Amino acid sequence: MAPQTRLVEVRQKVLKQNDVVARALRQQFHDQGVYVVSLVSSPGAGKTAFLERVLTDVGRERRVAALVGDLATDNDAHRLARSGAPVRQITTGTICHLEAEMVKTALDGWQPQSLDYLFIENVGNLVCPASYDLGEDLRLVLFSVTEGEDKPLKYPTIFNTADVAIITKMDLASAVGFDREAAYRNIDAVRPGMRIMEVSARSGVGMDEFVQFLEARAAEARLPAQV
Amino acid sequence: MHELSIALSLLDLAEEEAERRGGVQVAAIHVKLGPLSGVVAEALLSAYDLARENTRFERCDLVIEQVPIVAYCPNCRGERAVISVQEICCAECGTPTPDIRTGRELELSALEIIDGPADATCGSPAESA
Repeated sequence: MAPQTRLVEVRQKVLKQNDVVARALRQQFHDQGVYVVSLVSSPGAGKTAFLERVLTDVGRERRVAALVGDLATDNDAHRLARSGAPVRQITTGTICHLEAEMVKTALDGWQPQSLDYLFIENVGNLVCPASYDLGEDLRLVLFSVTEGEDKPLKYPTIFNTADVAIITKMDLASAVGFDREAAYRNIDAVRPGMRIMEVSARSGVGMDEFVQFLEARAAEARLPAQV
Repeated sequence: MHELSIALSLLDLAEEEAERRGGVQVAAIHVKLGPLSGVVAEALLSAYDLARENTRFERCDLVIEQVPIVAYCPNCRGERAVISVQEICCAECGTPTPDIRTGRELELSALEIIDGPADATCGSPAESA
């Protein structure tokens, strides 16, 4: 005789554990007045070059630090450390994304309360990081002019979970025949109204605008805590 | 591919929920999955097949219910389906709809549990009669 079965409602997020840790981190960051920005992109889109520049530029006036995730090697941490900012590497082994728990562990023994900004560079991957909240205030998705304007259409979910799209390597735009209009149209299709910024870490184009934008966002986020 | 870690998280959660209900036997795990969850149904099914080996869920099915993307359309003044994941616009009038209401789900929605004698598929360690 076939056993009787019945359906019992559960309604729990599969990544509940990650979300719990991420929420606690977000609260902790907020209480400490640290504005946290994460960066996602495909490998080679220029996250590290962009972040090195941001750490240098923002670091002149503000206290900044970075966590950087990679499957293997700490090359990126060394590159970022050239900015003078404190940097910690998270080596994920075979895991293709960062999780909130890894961020929490990496921060052990650090003093984020003495920071204005913490940047988290995710593993180069446009798929998996989309599912994991890291407790960040702002998620940037980067894509370079050399990758093709249809990147947002190929990876709509990561664009949809990010707050701002940063188009990198703008100094190469004309050399590679970058179709700016198509790129904007595609970003807007997958994430209507998304803020788009254009930068070149090499030439410095767009960096001032980005820093101003960041400062404004951070000031806005810190406002309620100071009232 | 992060579906394997998702499948492992799913089994941890299913275990916790089954225990919370007194160690019930589970015949199937029901999941709601949205296109904006970042998880692909086919990949999750394969990963689940691997993840359940040698666990109490070895013979449990995974049932995936795909949830469509629904957003608030400011023009229609109501919740509407969107054209596609690549075009987050109202399927009826074409207005861009950034205010997404469903489609991000990655949720253990229900457990199908077995009533009666514990000789059936899976769940708690088999009890001899």
